[in-house]
Amino acid sequence: MGQILLAKRMGKKRIIAETGAGQHGVATATVAAMFGLACEVYMGSVDMERQAINVFRMKLLGAKVAAVDTGSRTLKDAISEAMRDWTTNVKDTHYILGSVLGPHPYPMIVRDFQSIIGMEARMQIRRAEGRMPDYLLACIGGGSNAMGLFNAFINDKKIKMIGVEAGGLGIETGRHAARFAEGSIGILHGTKTYLLQDDDGQIKVTHSISAGLDYSAVGPEHAFYHDKKRIEYVYATDKEALEGFKLLSREEGIIPALESAHAIAHLIKLAPKLPKGRIIIVNLSGRGDKDVHQAAKAMGEKI
Amino acid sequence: MSRIEKVFKKLKDNNQKALIPFITAGDPDLDKTGELVMAMEKAGADIIELGVPFSDPIADGPIIQRASYRALKGGVSLRKILGLVKDLRRETSVPIVLMTYYNPVFKYGLSEFVKDAVGEGVDGIIVPDLPPEEGRGIIEEGMKAGLDTIFLIAPTSTRERIKMISALSRGFIYYVSLTGVTGARESLPTEVEESVKRIKKAADKPIAVGFGISTAEQAKRISSFADGVIIGSAIVGLIERNTGNPDLVRIVSEFVREVKGGISL
Repeated sequence: MGQILLAKRMGKKRIIAETGAGQHGVATATVAAMFGLACEVYMGSVDMERQAINVFRMKLLGAKVAAVDTGSRTLKDAISEAMRDWTTNVKDTHYILGSVLGPHPYPMIVRDFQSIIGMEARMQIRRAEGRMPDYLLACIGGGSNAMGLFNAFINDKKIKMIGVEAGGLGIETGRHAARFAEGSIGILHGTKTYLLQDDDGQIKVTHSISAGLDYSAVGPEHAFYHDKKRIEYVYATDKEALEGFKLLSREEGIIPALESAHAIAHLIKLAPKLPKGRIIIVNLSGRGDKDVHQAAKAMGEKI
Repeated sequence: MSRIEKVFKKLKDNNQKALIPFITAGDPDLDKTGELVMAMEKAGADIIELGVPFSDPIADGPIIQRASYRALKGGVSLRKILGLVKDLRRETSVPIVLMTYYNPVFKYGLSEFVKDAVGEGVDGIIVPDLPPEEGRGIIEEGMKAGLDTIFLIAPTSTRERIKMISALSRGFIYYVSLTGVTGARESLPTEVEESVKRIKKAADKPIAVGFGISTAEQAKRISSFADGVIIGSAIVGLIERNTGNPDLVRIVSEFVREVKGGISL
């Protein structure tokens, strides 16, 4: 919403965006429809298949969904293609980037607009518990939902923050998106940060059950807080995320997005180790309706 | 004066313009790249631009994306390309410029890269995803070692930016003819001439124009006001269509000769 107001103010006629899970694509298509701007969303063809419901939503909202068939055909390549479009059509087009990624000032723009999550969480937890939480948990692809939550608490030194990356099939298999676990510093999409890359500086292809976490780089501010040791970064595998997905659905009646299920998976590991009475906020950054097909497939259920 | 500057000076003294062909190193393989460099020089190329393949080439259109992909599949790396330049230096002194995204250089190690590149005979470097504000390291290292850092000016660059980029560029200034990525275009924006003239007022360095130029006709028009013409995707596309053709090198050098003939008139 914030970014489209920016586009409107700059007098742009057309909006482009990239999307992995489709959440950002749907959000962008929604605001573009609201403001009457043309909208084109780039999405890897692998992601279009596994997030078909969101592809349909975007089309319903009047957006054009452009399939990206290069590279790993996921989020990384969708961002590359959106950037190519933007450099070509920069005169009348604004690129609404969906995460705390890309060249300056995007990581700041997206963080500031997402920071509403943390502000609301602060108010709500004070009302509900009468005090600040002990832990914050969020999944990390590019890292916008996490940064949105963490930002409002970052100066409360006592509050521990944990970002959960996609461990995919396990770090040892090389098929994952755990940049902090196995990556090194490099430059991609205009950002210097932790990357999954080979010895020649070529970007590695990632794997995750969740399209939204399936990216080779991580937001640069996360890299900063990682190095400052302010935020801890861990990972959850596809299998663990599925357990989180099932548990939250069964126990709370909330079907989380597979992305957010990674944060639940870490909650399952963390909570039993803590003394009673600790408060943990988990950011449920997305809803799971879009993922039921994918989850059923992974669980071996036929729908 | 660097080898690149000498080429431009000599051409200028003879009222000539530079032809700068681009090919992706390692497409179809490094041996062929070496042969192509030698043949293009004979056909009239004044400076050779070698593309270092990268997994995520955001400034490139589909033709060079595909070439990069093929080269990477063949196992090409920045280190191997420097090895090729070393071999070429036994046979030719034509200036060689590397066009590379920043991450392979960063991973190689900036100081080590500059040292090795100059040591093997590379003359200049173009890094399309490195804004000059972030390029201090490579500019300083390059200046010490004798590696020309060539920066890009776009149609959207403001007057202040043109001034800054002109001041920081060495060898020549790369003017991007259009907003967008590399790739042959049927027509080029008409304001290219005006833009080049504007940049000339701000800079006393040679200006080469690239992106989108694909025919001898277009090259001829551009050369009437710019100091050099860069042709990439048209040649890379020719290589793609003739991979495996025993006449590949001859076909490419004929095209280069035709373009050079046009701009020398």
